[in-house]
Amino acid sequence: MNMPITGTAFLKRAQVIGRLRLALPEACVLFDAEDMRPYECDGLSAYRELPGVVALPENEEQVRHALRACFELGVPVVARGAGTGLSGGALPMANGVLLSLSKMKRILAVDPVARVARVQPGVRNLAITEAAAPYGLYYAPDPSSQIACSIGGNVAENAGGVHCLKYGLTVHNVLRVRGVTIEGEVVEFGSEALDAPGYDLLALVTGSEGMLAVTTEITVKLVPAPEAARVILAAFDDVERSGTAVAAMIAAGIIPAGLEMMDRAATRAVEEYVHAGYDLNAAALLLCESDGTPEEVEEEIARMTEVLRGAGAYDFRVSQNEAERLKFWSGRKAAFAAMGRISPDYYCMDGTIPRKRLAEMLRFIAALEAKYGLRCPNVFHAGDGNLHPLILFDANDPDELRRTEAFAAEVLEKCIEVGGTITGEHGVGIEKINQMCVQFSPDELEQFRAVKRAFDPKELLNPGKNIPTLHRCAEFGKMHVRGADLPFPGLERF
Amino acid sequence: MSDALKFFSETIRAASQSRPLRLRGGGTKDFYGQSFEGEVLDTRACAGVTAYEPTELVVTANCGTGLAELEAALHANRQMLAFEPPYFGAGATVGGMLAAGLSGPRRAAAGAVRDFVLGVTIMDARARVLRFGGTVMKNVAGYDVSRLVAGSMGTLGLILDASLKVLPLPVAETTLRFEMPEDKAIEALNRWAGRPLPISASAWTGSELALRLSGAAAAVRAACEKLGGGRVGDGEARAYWSGVREHTDPFFRGDIPLWRLSVPSNAPPLALPGAQLIEWGGALRWLATSADARVLREAARRAGGHATLFRGGDKSAGVFQPLEPALAKIHAKLKASFDPEAIFNRGRMYTEF
Repeated sequence: MNMPITGTAFLKRAQVIGRLRLALPEACVLFDAEDMRPYECDGLSAYRELPGVVALPENEEQVRHALRACFELGVPVVARGAGTGLSGGALPMANGVLLSLSKMKRILAVDPVARVARVQPGVRNLAITEAAAPYGLYYAPDPSSQIACSIGGNVAENAGGVHCLKYGLTVHNVLRVRGVTIEGEVVEFGSEALDAPGYDLLALVTGSEGMLAVTTEITVKLVPAPEAARVILAAFDDVERSGTAVAAMIAAGIIPAGLEMMDRAATRAVEEYVHAGYDLNAAALLLCESDGTPEEVEEEIARMTEVLRGAGAYDFRVSQNEAERLKFWSGRKAAFAAMGRISPDYYCMDGTIPRKRLAEMLRFIAALEAKYGLRCPNVFHAGDGNLHPLILFDANDPDELRRTEAFAAEVLEKCIEVGGTITGEHGVGIEKINQMCVQFSPDELEQFRAVKRAFDPKELLNPGKNIPTLHRCAEFGKMHVRGADLPFPGLERF
Repeated sequence: MSDALKFFSETIRAASQSRPLRLRGGGTKDFYGQSFEGEVLDTRACAGVTAYEPTELVVTANCGTGLAELEAALHANRQMLAFEPPYFGAGATVGGMLAAGLSGPRRAAAGAVRDFVLGVTIMDARARVLRFGGTVMKNVAGYDVSRLVAGSMGTLGLILDASLKVLPLPVAETTLRFEMPEDKAIEALNRWAGRPLPISASAWTGSELALRLSGAAAAVRAACEKLGGGRVGDGEARAYWSGVREHTDPFFRGDIPLWRLSVPSNAPPLALPGAQLIEWGGALRWLATSADARVLREAARRAGGHATLFRGGDKSAGVFQPLEPALAKIHAKLKASFDPEAIFNRGRMYTEF
């Protein structure tokens, strides 16, 4: 809960409001608790905080003035897109400004010849594809929240989706980001050519969780929509075999447009919700999609079917039309919503592991279910090795919440142990900040902070997210133990 | 292995502001960049592919590994570096490839070096070993320093190893040739790129456009029917694309300064003096020209891109396009955050650092 703001903090807040109201229209500066309530959390609603002030700039000039004011007053700024993030990256600060880019939501240009779209940060991901569709083009990254999430947020998180293996992440599909530094300077990272002079700051800014600059305009790449797409729904009586099938697919030289897995618990939960006709007895279901020209798809589906059969799938169904393709996908796409129906709360994790460790990981999670007395269905971007275990719990039961957090921490640390990462596409935010102390060494964390200071000398942009301080790591009590996995064990460490 | 790292760390500790280091592998890209300073640190002391699992689509190799050795290992498993990095000589190394950040003919279709970097280990100016990214396809923990290292010309640290995403070799490949003037070629390349065609490379020069199609046999066959043009024999096509990638094609021979203009793919003909070869679906324009640097930079800027003096010529006007002041400030601070005394490849990118 928020404490009442008193003394010098109160004076500072009045100053911030005053400066913001000089730069922004009156209706674009909110400071009543009731008005600010919708901004107190993002998609990770377990973490809430009422911001000091909410600013809703309408254009880049207003962003510039707002940031400059915050810089001069030494006030932290948390930028926010649509607020669909799952790691608390847009969690406000009581002593800070919550800068919502939601009013900047214009599609500035769609150029079908150059195959780019120039958009403001508040534009929804799906709106770009809708604007490009008349030209036979689309924007490839499709996070499951694409109907609501904003492209600015996608850039901040380097968002993925179900087609990443073939079409890449946000970082592969953005050409240029225009933004404003905390000092109020306008900067352009990347360009509408395929590269830009100097360091690849575009790559650095993508996925930086709003900690380096505030995005005001983005140029994205558009790609031709495939003429045809079909999906195979394959059932396995053993999780291990479905993992082998994924490896066999890659070994056969096939890069599927989508390759997704659901375990039995996830399948049962979603079937009840979407009635897609899934096989409820399968230990694992694989969805394997091919897209391209009709000739290409036909050839690839035949090769995929052969691989799946060889890997021991006991049943296949190939979508015969677009309606059926969407039906096969419906359960996977609705997985999170389905969990909401069978449990008061669920906690979604986002680790990525080498694909070959999948079966081991699922066995590990099954053991944790018993250890903590909690259910945990699994959905999985199998092609990328990106896991989304969903721990089901009741937030009103403090002990369940505590067990859930301990469960999740064990899973994330296991991801690191098997050579993976704590977050594939949802970001670190506030949620996984402690596990950063396990994944990175103190030297590496210190270098991250030095990178931040190169953009943001006073560390005012979204402080406390993504990169933990060494002090926080010491308190967490887990300093980086990579043990025998150290890349250069022969080297002396300092 | 640890001997090499001891050697690196001792060399780096002995370096200082007055004794900088020049990081160098096979030296095949010595021609590229602004200037050299300092004593050579030979990165080939640390070589070899350390992990390669074809079914994970990931390979990890030490900095001094020969690029040829790496590609041979991939080809044996019918996989490839999809960005087709140029070697510019038999001795090219993995570290040099990553530091130079150059990509070849497939770039417009598949992506650049940076798009395939999954993780790097570097030794910084204090001889600390830092590891960023990893060996998995999706990873958003911390800032993406591993992609930042790609194309940084060795100015941020000594690259010790790199993990790269690899892709399967295409099953089928065909090259087509068309007669068309520059404006028609640019127009056609942009039109085709907006359709689902398996184009993997393009090169226009003189009045001839070469187009490479790669992918599933059925897709390549169908595209050939749609596009027309004259089919080039497989041997000839391979030699041609190798010439474009390695700059051994007759266009790239000669002593005239070679400029690299990176522009939006649909930028109209630039109408600059000199001979031109266009790659990347119109987005890369090579110019062999003695024209003034300011003229070329201004033309590139107006088209929405930038110009690099790639090979030869007078480097005093700056090899790389000067940065806007706000970006230059960030560059200088970033450089200082990794290498405060500027001991690594000082002046190789910009004279300021």
